[in-house]
Amino acid sequence: MTMTTPLADRSAPADRTGPRNRSAVANRRRLSAAHAAMYLLLTALALLWIFPLLWALYNSFRDYDYVLTHGYLSVGGFTLSNYTESWEVGGIPHYFLNSMIITIPAVLLILFIGSMAAFVLARFPWKFNVIMLAVFIAGNLLPQQTLLTPLFRLYNAIPLPYWMSSSGSLYDSYWGLILVHVAFQTGFCVFVLSNYMKTVPPELLEAATVDGAGLFRQYWQVVLPLCRPALAALATLMITWIYNDFFWALALMVSGDKLPVTTALQNLQGSFFTDTNLLAAGSVLVALPTVLVFVALQRHFVSGLTMGANK
Amino acid sequence: MTSTVPSQAGTEPRVPAPKIRRSRGDRWTIAVMLGLPAAIVIGLVWIPTVFTVILSFARWDGIGGTSSIEWIGPQNYVDAVQAYPPFQQALHNNVLWLAFLFVFPTILGIFLAVLLDRGLKGSRLYQSIFYIPVVLSMALVGFVWQLIYSTDGGVLNTILGTDVDWLGNPDVNIWAVMVAASWRHTGYIMLLYLAGLKAIDPSVREAALMDGAGPIRTFFRIVFPLMKPTNLLIIVITVIEALRAFDLVWVINKGRNGLELISALVTANVVGEAGRVGFGSALATIMLVISLVFIALYLWIVMRSDD
Repeated sequence: MTMTTPLADRSAPADRTGPRNRSAVANRRRLSAAHAAMYLLLTALALLWIFPLLWALYNSFRDYDYVLTHGYLSVGGFTLSNYTESWEVGGIPHYFLNSMIITIPAVLLILFIGSMAAFVLARFPWKFNVIMLAVFIAGNLLPQQTLLTPLFRLYNAIPLPYWMSSSGSLYDSYWGLILVHVAFQTGFCVFVLSNYMKTVPPELLEAATVDGAGLFRQYWQVVLPLCRPALAALATLMITWIYNDFFWALALMVSGDKLPVTTALQNLQGSFFTDTNLLAAGSVLVALPTVLVFVALQRHFVSGLTMGANK
Repeated sequence: MTSTVPSQAGTEPRVPAPKIRRSRGDRWTIAVMLGLPAAIVIGLVWIPTVFTVILSFARWDGIGGTSSIEWIGPQNYVDAVQAYPPFQQALHNNVLWLAFLFVFPTILGIFLAVLLDRGLKGSRLYQSIFYIPVVLSMALVGFVWQLIYSTDGGVLNTILGTDVDWLGNPDVNIWAVMVAASWRHTGYIMLLYLAGLKAIDPSVREAALMDGAGPIRTFFRIVFPLMKPTNLLIIVITVIEALRAFDLVWVINKGRNGLELISALVTANVVGEAGRVGFGSALATIMLVISLVFIALYLWIVMRSDD
């Protein structure tokens, strides 16, 4: 549709130049037709793609009883009560807080210890680095269920003082969840950052050494600031992944009131969300933080995902 | 870091080290900086994994102390294959899941990447729409799609005028769930492929076009073979994703009644009411072995391009 105007513009001067360019014009016209078809196809697919999200959004603003009598394809019955109800009765703010208590320290810890290991691996090209990298990367790719049983037992066996965990052990505590996320995601961080750090010119570090900087200061004051783009990308990814975690909270927590919001929504589904519109509102609320992070930090999110895969 | 002054400490491995005199303090720094992260990953990921393999040879309800463990050899594996129908079903579903991911989201994702790589106007907006599901959790994908599939008022039945129990009927629910999983997976594939396409020297494509090759021919003869590393990665990532699939079926019906996956069976056997720790561990070990093959392939791909 938008393609017809430029086509007309272009064909006019081309016609004047004589018969030799006729085929070029035809060619271009064919290309433009292909262009239009591409747009049409992409737009159709994009609409199809966004539909489930728009549908959830639309119905989250509608009254369940209205929908029951008028059908889901109707228009009307708009209300904010699904949001107020899931917010107040469903206790979404409380679970948001739980998610933050778990996600923020976990992400900071992962970036800190992951970058330390990456620094050593990138700085000193030892033979056994390959093995260390394999240990880190493969750890990140294992199916989580393969370590579930022993971890479950281990967590139950490690006591924590009551001021740290109301369960008295690592099991069913925020500490336990933070720790398991750190263990699982550090590998990805080491992998990406060690590749990134290898691009730091060695002269910089040699200069720092001459100035008397120890290894830790070289890491902290020279290399880490240079890694800011990679760290930002990783932070964006890690926030999304850890916030989105469902499995670990399900397996290593038992108290409903400590659950992060993604996992809590499942419990709410049974107890509070008897109607689908309320579930839609809950889903929109839970999705909101990651969607906002994505919209705000899209560049970082994308570069993070591809950094890991394509380098 | 090309300088090769041998390290002066006798205990260190004798390999080329950078031109620094490492003090005792620095050696401690190295030990802590690498040792602490390694200890966490080995202690909380690898050692438990080894214990899973060991426990797979035991019969244990997980309630009694470790003294109640009874070692039964490979019996759990025999039971899994011969006397546990859900396992057959899960194996079948996992393979189906993998095939489905390859046929639909992978091909569609590559197709979208190729279209969007041509620098269309609004390309960024299209890209965003296709990968916004990637930022949602799989569990949330499950909730969102329940609104589509639900029997009372779900969009699908309303539009089609049918009365199918998309998530409850064990003959169709796996297909319904795979469509939802693909919705998220496509954007990821598209993203990886877009990055791969950007890395290809545009002059290669121009040369092919000059020689009179059409865009389709250029893609299959020139671009696709050049993308070998990306293609391999997508294969490995898709296999690992298919094997790790869990959240989606668990939020729908805890992986039962047609939605059996190995991951869900392991979880049900270990944390569920069944309490069959040894048996669950055997299932987990089977997952481990399959995934290690592909993890090794992944490592081979990424490490090889290191040199």
